[in-house]
Amino acid sequence: MFKILKYSFYDLMRSRWTYIYGAFYFLFTLSLLWLSNDLSKVIISLMNVILILVPLIATMFAVMYYYNSREFTELLLAQPIRRRDIFLGQYFGVAASLAMSLLVGVGIPFFLYGILVSAEIFNFLTLLVVGVFLSFIFSAIAFFIGLKNENRIKGFGLTIIIWLFFAVIYDGIFLLALASFSDYPLENFAMGISMFNPIDLSRILILLKLDISALMGFTGAVFQKFLGTPLGIVTSFGILTIWLLLPTWGIKTVALRKDF
Amino acid sequence: MINIQHLHKAFGKNQVLKGIDLTFDKPGITAVLGPNGSGKTTLIKSILGMVIPNQGDITVMGENIKGKWIYRDQIDYLPQIARFPENLKVSELLRMVKDLRSRDANDKKLIEFFELEPFLDKRLGNLSGGTRQKVNIVQAFMYDSPMMILDEPTAGLDPVAMIRLKELINNERAKGKTILITTHIMSFVEEMADEIVFLLEGHIHFRGSLQSLKNQYQESNLERAIAKMLEGKTNSSSNGVSKENSKFQFEKSF
Repeated sequence: MFKILKYSFYDLMRSRWTYIYGAFYFLFTLSLLWLSNDLSKVIISLMNVILILVPLIATMFAVMYYYNSREFTELLLAQPIRRRDIFLGQYFGVAASLAMSLLVGVGIPFFLYGILVSAEIFNFLTLLVVGVFLSFIFSAIAFFIGLKNENRIKGFGLTIIIWLFFAVIYDGIFLLALASFSDYPLENFAMGISMFNPIDLSRILILLKLDISALMGFTGAVFQKFLGTPLGIVTSFGILTIWLLLPTWGIKTVALRKDF
Repeated sequence: MINIQHLHKAFGKNQVLKGIDLTFDKPGITAVLGPNGSGKTTLIKSILGMVIPNQGDITVMGENIKGKWIYRDQIDYLPQIARFPENLKVSELLRMVKDLRSRDANDKKLIEFFELEPFLDKRLGNLSGGTRQKVNIVQAFMYDSPMMILDEPTAGLDPVAMIRLKELINNERAKGKTILITTHIMSFVEEMADEIVFLLEGHIHFRGSLQSLKNQYQESNLERAIAKMLEGKTNSSSNGVSKENSKFQFEKSF
């Protein structure tokens, strides 16, 4: 599997889109840092961009890479290697290359602005870790959708819908529910519901870390009470890991049964 | 070497293979022929594990291939369409395939043979179709596996490369390998094949040597023998389909 991963990774490292993606983060982060020397504020601004952009780009990139590699995958399938190794190798190659662009693009400017000696370093690391998680989670989902759908258009369309759902629609439904049932104590419900969306979960994690949960009012206090604790943080990362493992397992299962 | 029993495969409602029993145990070249949709590619892909049959067993070298992958180390495969990752260089692709196989590779001789040296450092995405097919051939022939499966190997080759390919295939045959070739090019079959397997609508319509096919239909030309064979089939399905129709269907292939 590592051999395939290595070659997918090299293939992607040569692609100019990887560099464009990394360059975007680099320039954006650099501009933010230049405009405001407050590292904490920059992290928050970055968070909002990353929470929208990382899932979007990861999904698009992964599904396009999957469909573009389909013919080559036929050649690989005729070699003496396991199917699981082929598809997981490709998936990890894509996810790793996306994560790398993020880490380098965001990391270097912060490094230059002295994050290593700042108190904000843990918040920064949380942001990066969450960004990497989201890269892996959404490329896994996209790869899974690609595997399940022969038709490129359908697969591509489905991935866009999935992204839209998690990034926007979910929150819309959530707010509607909160507004309709505002007479009821909904804090635990709210917390539970957030677990089902990796983007929301990530957002809450970072906000709590940055300690601006006071802005979220009573709900913020409840969230802080659970998620702010070490147990809460561990649970959240645990759930993010489940979000990662499920589609990955899905990739493996579909790959084993599919006809090519 | 390859033993296929009661192979059934349907894609959705389309039953493509309807109970195939075949054995490939002699050295030599077997041409797998048949109209489009007869199941040639599905048969080949089932042997390679790319398609998972609904029913039936395939054994390679005595071992049932279900769920296995190591047996593919014994089979060299030339896919019909040579599509490779665009950003890899030719040399890197060859290195990668070599990495995946346990055998030693004879790529240098083949690269010289097809005059691919100037292209070794070029990106695969930048090569012409014919050059890519040559790279495809190199990756398929560079091992010395006892079995070979070639899917439309002549596609995209210029005449010189075609001659070289035939030379290569003959060399492999001389080494006593079992070679399966799917193709539509009758002249190629006449020149190269020892045995013929003719698939029609998911069944084996004919299995035997090239000569016995010609003898059976009393034609010295393979095309005509096959046309006669198909004509016999369509007449027996008796819906007034004329000779022209079956020949047309056949000639459409090239």
